[in-house]
Amino acid sequence: MAHATIPYQQVRNDLWRPLAGASKHYTLTLALLSAVALWGLIAWGYQIHVGIGVAGIQRPVFWGFYLVDFVFWIGISHAGTLISAILRLTDADWRKPVTRAAEAITVFALMIGGLFPLIHLGRAWLFYWLFPYPNSRLLWPNYRSPLMWDVTAISTYLTGSVIFLYLPLIPDVAQLAERATGWRLRIYKWLALGWTGSDREWHALERAMKLMAGIILAVAVSVHSVVAWDFSMAIAPMWHSTIFAPYFVVGAIFSGLAGLIVALIIIRRALHLERYLLPHHFQNLAKLLLLMSLLWLYFTFAENLTVWYGNEPKEMNVFGARLRGRFAPEFWLMVFVNFVVPFVLLGIRRLRSITTATIASVGVLLGMWLERYLIIVPTLSLPRLTSAWGRYSPSWVEISITAATFAAMAALYLVFAKLFPIVSIWEFEPHAPEDE
Amino acid sequence: MSPEHRWGMAIDLDRCTGCQACVAACHAENNLQVSDPASAAKGRAIHWIRVDRYYEGEFPEIRVKYRPVLCQQCDEAPCEPVCPVYATYHNDEGLNVQVYNRCVGTRYCGNNCPYSVRFFNWFDPVWAEPLQLQHNPDVSIREGGVMEKCTFCIQRISRAKDEARTDHRVLSDGEIQPACVQSCPAEAMTFGDLNNPESKVSQLAESGRATQLLEDLGTKPKVFYLERVK
Repeated sequence: MAHATIPYQQVRNDLWRPLAGASKHYTLTLALLSAVALWGLIAWGYQIHVGIGVAGIQRPVFWGFYLVDFVFWIGISHAGTLISAILRLTDADWRKPVTRAAEAITVFALMIGGLFPLIHLGRAWLFYWLFPYPNSRLLWPNYRSPLMWDVTAISTYLTGSVIFLYLPLIPDVAQLAERATGWRLRIYKWLALGWTGSDREWHALERAMKLMAGIILAVAVSVHSVVAWDFSMAIAPMWHSTIFAPYFVVGAIFSGLAGLIVALIIIRRALHLERYLLPHHFQNLAKLLLLMSLLWLYFTFAENLTVWYGNEPKEMNVFGARLRGRFAPEFWLMVFVNFVVPFVLLGIRRLRSITTATIASVGVLLGMWLERYLIIVPTLSLPRLTSAWGRYSPSWVEISITAATFAAMAALYLVFAKLFPIVSIWEFEPHAPEDE
Repeated sequence: MSPEHRWGMAIDLDRCTGCQACVAACHAENNLQVSDPASAAKGRAIHWIRVDRYYEGEFPEIRVKYRPVLCQQCDEAPCEPVCPVYATYHNDEGLNVQVYNRCVGTRYCGNNCPYSVRFFNWFDPVWAEPLQLQHNPDVSIREGGVMEKCTFCIQRISRAKDEARTDHRVLSDGEIQPACVQSCPAEAMTFGDLNNPESKVSQLAESGRATQLLEDLGTKPKVFYLERVK
């Protein structure tokens, strides 16, 4: 292990440094991101006030950017939990500087993704009708609807991933509480839950982490399967497909990994953590990304081959529009950035580096957003009865809200990295129980 | 106990001239929003019934066939299970009922309707003067953010049932006419009770000329299209 050579006191100082004060760059970036996020909130307020019609969606494309964003962000959320849970369960030692960053992505991406079902509602102020709460009229939500499975799955996942992020944070906030002052002291003390670092506590933490890693893995798989079922339970052409659940899970991990790599590269540069986030971490993540890219290609191929061979007219309308019709530019761009770019840049060992991993990851983020667009919009544009065919283009409201979520994600991440060490400190401790 | 009524419709495509009187009548009866040209071009016009055109052959040897399409009131309706709040459900007379007050506007039902006969209120409705003066008091106005669709003029069904009950008699066949049926100059449309084997609509549905739209999906529509069998 390369960082075994860094003395623990040095680790603490290095990882504590980013928490102190705020540079001009930091404040400026945060202000800019908050402004974009605020603009999105204004756009949403405008939409609620005037009506959902200010968005570009129309019949028959009843779902547009909002649902694309929803699936995209839920996908990104798989960065953390799944990747960090898999790496924890397999005892991959190189994961240590990576997991906290990944788990934080999960929590924030879920908070953002979970907003979209609300944003897209025609009467957003009645969102609580989707929750099974006792009421005088004995009305109950309809659990036959995949949207109800969504509500259940996502709220479970959010709860689980907050716990999953929080547990390994406890020893770190306990350390922070020792040197912090003022309001920070109060927050850290409260979060540390009176952690003293006794053997019993370490043992309990370790057991809880193992347990949560197992649980969160199952929940994460179920969440993206449920998101897939929002589409595949419907009888719309090319939605009604058995491959969607595993396809979506693979796509989610794929985009989550890309998101994680981008986040880590920014953290590494901005917080000067070159001694902790080493090239071999990016090598390993890049290899994982390549693997997921190949899996994604396999699923995409299997999906399209089945439709094409089946040659059913209703499905072929959508298939044709995607592969050679009006959605073809987006489709082939998606294949290019999701497969060709990662395959060349990360598959050829000589080319694989931190820079190429960044390029590939940014491409995959774009590609996976496009993938969700290509699943939702072509199918809805081309329903069974040709007289109802229609087109969709987003309005400024949808574009603003979409942009705002990216800004909000970055802003939340910046704030988190200022309050908590984005790389777990205690896991570098020479005698942390997991090393024994 | 099987329900007393099971409402259905038969539409004779060999009689339909595509005149769109049904569309206009439906607008007047059911307080449908009237779209301006811009939003209609955007795909936001609301027509609970529409007349689809199918072209056979090449110009000049061309034939146009018309097919009025309204909610098919499926017995196995794909729109119903996907609604998270039961805003759309099956009533005991076999109708797909849309509860406007319960709808939160996920629009999932609209995506899952293979006939694309569900419509969304993108904004609160407005009527250009003096159209607001002709509102039907028996039909509620739908606010922005909710789904709507053909009800088989459920207000007329309720009224006819009430009147029959007051007069201590049974409903006679043909007594209830939805606005589209009533206004069809070609008399292409027939409405009635499919539970009554003597009713005109039951006999048309059994006539051998009857087909259902996208029958192979298994949605079991209660609208039957009558066509000359070649």
